[in-house]
Amino acid sequence: MNHFARLGLPAALDLEPAALDRAYFALQRQWHPDRFVAKPPEERAKASTEAAALNDAYRTLKDPLSRAVYFAELKGVELPADGKTIDDPELLMEAMEAREELHEAGSAEAVHALAAKAREDMKNSLARLGSLFLRDDKPAIRKALLRLRYLDKFAEEARARRMNLERSSA
Amino acid sequence: MTLLEIHEPGETPLPHAGEGSLAVGIDLGTTNSVVAIAREGKPAALHDETGKAMVPSVVAYPSSGGVLVGDEARLLMPQEPRNVVASVKRLMGRGAADLHTVAGVLPYEIEPGSGETDMVKLRIAGKARSPVEISAEILKALRKRAEEALDKHVERAVITVPAYFDDAARTATRDAARVAGFEVLRLVNEPTAAALAYGLDKGSEGLYAVYDLGGGTFDFSLLRLEKGVFQVLATGGDTALGGDDFDRAIAERMLAERKKDGLDDQVDEAAVKAALALARHMKEQLSDRDQTSGRLELLAVPSFHALTRAEFEAMIADYVKRTLGIARNVLADANMTAAEVQGVVLVGGSTRVPLVRIEVARMIGKPPLTDIDPDEVVALGAALQAEALTGGGDTLLLDVTPLSLGLETMGGIVEKVVPRNTPIPVQLAQDFTTYQDGQTAMAIHVVQGEREMVADCRSLARFELLGIPPMTAGAARIRVSFAVDADGLLTVSAEERTTGVQQRIEVKPSYGLSHEDMADMLYDSLENAEADMTARLLTEARVEARRSLLALDAALAKDGALLDAAERAALDQGRARLESAIAGEDRDEINAAAEALETLSKPFAERRMDRGIREALAGKSVNELESRVGE
Repeated sequence: MNHFARLGLPAALDLEPAALDRAYFALQRQWHPDRFVAKPPEERAKASTEAAALNDAYRTLKDPLSRAVYFAELKGVELPADGKTIDDPELLMEAMEAREELHEAGSAEAVHALAAKAREDMKNSLARLGSLFLRDDKPAIRKALLRLRYLDKFAEEARARRMNLERSSA
Repeated sequence: MTLLEIHEPGETPLPHAGEGSLAVGIDLGTTNSVVAIAREGKPAALHDETGKAMVPSVVAYPSSGGVLVGDEARLLMPQEPRNVVASVKRLMGRGAADLHTVAGVLPYEIEPGSGETDMVKLRIAGKARSPVEISAEILKALRKRAEEALDKHVERAVITVPAYFDDAARTATRDAARVAGFEVLRLVNEPTAAALAYGLDKGSEGLYAVYDLGGGTFDFSLLRLEKGVFQVLATGGDTALGGDDFDRAIAERMLAERKKDGLDDQVDEAAVKAALALARHMKEQLSDRDQTSGRLELLAVPSFHALTRAEFEAMIADYVKRTLGIARNVLADANMTAAEVQGVVLVGGSTRVPLVRIEVARMIGKPPLTDIDPDEVVALGAALQAEALTGGGDTLLLDVTPLSLGLETMGGIVEKVVPRNTPIPVQLAQDFTTYQDGQTAMAIHVVQGEREMVADCRSLARFELLGIPPMTAGAARIRVSFAVDADGLLTVSAEERTTGVQQRIEVKPSYGLSHEDMADMLYDSLENAEADMTARLLTEARVEARRSLLALDAALAKDGALLDAAERAALDQGRARLESAIAGEDRDEINAAAEALETLSKPFAERRMDRGIREALAGKSVNELESRVGE
């Protein structure tokens, strides 16, 4: 069963967060192991498996990027496993330049600005994904998702750097 | 495929067990413990005849025989210090390897367990006793108190543990409860229990934070409350941080003042203890007044020390600031801002310090919730959960993993399988593959922590998957599954998918991870994230490059005849460049050399393909392999 089906939601790129929460909470009310404390072991095992699957589905669909990646995979777009070297030369260049910029940024504010830029970029790219899916342009979807993954990592790296800068200035 | 194995030995309830018996909530604390019961959503701590709810977590084995718990045990401390155990919680689930961190502060003899998997034991009154047995005495005393207060059998309990307790410590806690005759309904994280106590009381909705500052530890958790659902979004902490630091700051100042006045003290352990005791008293006084003073007498030489609240606050400002930094990180983990927090719950005695309250209020932008006694709030929450679990209450608690769980891969890199703050129960799997042609065994090393390199994380367990059929490097599919149950306990299993060779191992950690270690690890990871990333990328580049070399060598050995001398020389040159790059520290050079070699070897690869040779070299099939695990 795919994650959307498990939560009783239509498979879609865009998902109303409140609707996702509602579906997830309702099903956890039914399946969470806390509801099966006094039940026989087989029933408890089943509940635990169900609850774990629900958690996996929720976790995957809650974050817009991981949801987009999952949705793309359902549509037959193949992506390399996370953390692999970038195979798109254009993106490689962009990544190297951004990394340099990050290293040169000397203040928490400057780093914050870079992270904010990356987040803004992510938001816009995510918003553009819908039209790529409509056209079923798999290579373009793949390219966009790889770039989004990179941006996400970059923002995370920038956050770590900002905290270091804040700590050393404190 | 389901690989779920629920590890709940001895947990099968007897039919009709619990009918007519009550379920209580227990805060099994390092310093004090509290037992509470909830009826119809109203929790109350159970008091002794003098009206005290707190039971000191102290156990004594007097030379006259028997066992004493609580105040009575504490009274025996001066006469028989070696027969009295305090703070046993710090030893729960800890093995001999952890001892260096606590040995020396304990007056008893410690016996390492047999083998590295066993918990330490304490030799008290001529008998080796495990922390589980000793904790069980505290739980038995709480059970007795509950049964006397309620005049009923009490057999079931929800017991709280620090959010950062690892697998071994959680298991030990559960075992202790069983020894004490309890059926454990659930282990609940302390901050979550605290939130429960507030949430149900007020019927609140929205985002809430729990700020828990104890004597030596700090935890910050973020929860969302919605129609009876308590969803933990993120949690974090640091345990080299707490009220003990405040005492130390005051004590150091007094000792420095004495020195300035020309008193030549021998600052031995007794002097430090006396100064700390006075410091603690002064700190507590400054919670309700603007200034205080104390008389410190060392070796019959008295000195007088005045301290204003403003001075005290200046001394502890950095500690408080650190707690707020951690709180901000937890908020960032959950993608939330302080302004979105509707209320913050204060837990732990150190939150009585006015500066703490003021700073927390300033950060969150609203006054903290303090109307429940911070010493009882955790037990009250546990009692509510006990009622919900037995009475079919409508509350639902959705908790998370506090630290990431992962595996060691080539080069000592950690591949995270279950990231921190993942909702539990959870079952996640990841596929790994072999690194070398013909590899038939794979070492699985399970680690816990946020850092990128294995050496900086905590090792939980190791096992080997044997009998992998010999295949080309990268052809095997080894699926490793992690299952964390609702109590936060972990099981890991591995399976070779192309042939079905299977090995299921219930991971029991080789030794426990201390509460302190866990928080330190988390804190560390944030400080080192940048350097870690660089180290990881360098190692990854090397591993990747070495794998290309291995693949190229294998291809050359098999089909080297496809190349003419000039082509072969060019390839050898490219190979040499990559080898020297691997030996260096420059990741970009490694990647560039690897790319150059790949370009060079492309015609060779194509010729091999053309000849209908199945395994393609370099190129896609190799690049798209998933993460790899070392032999």
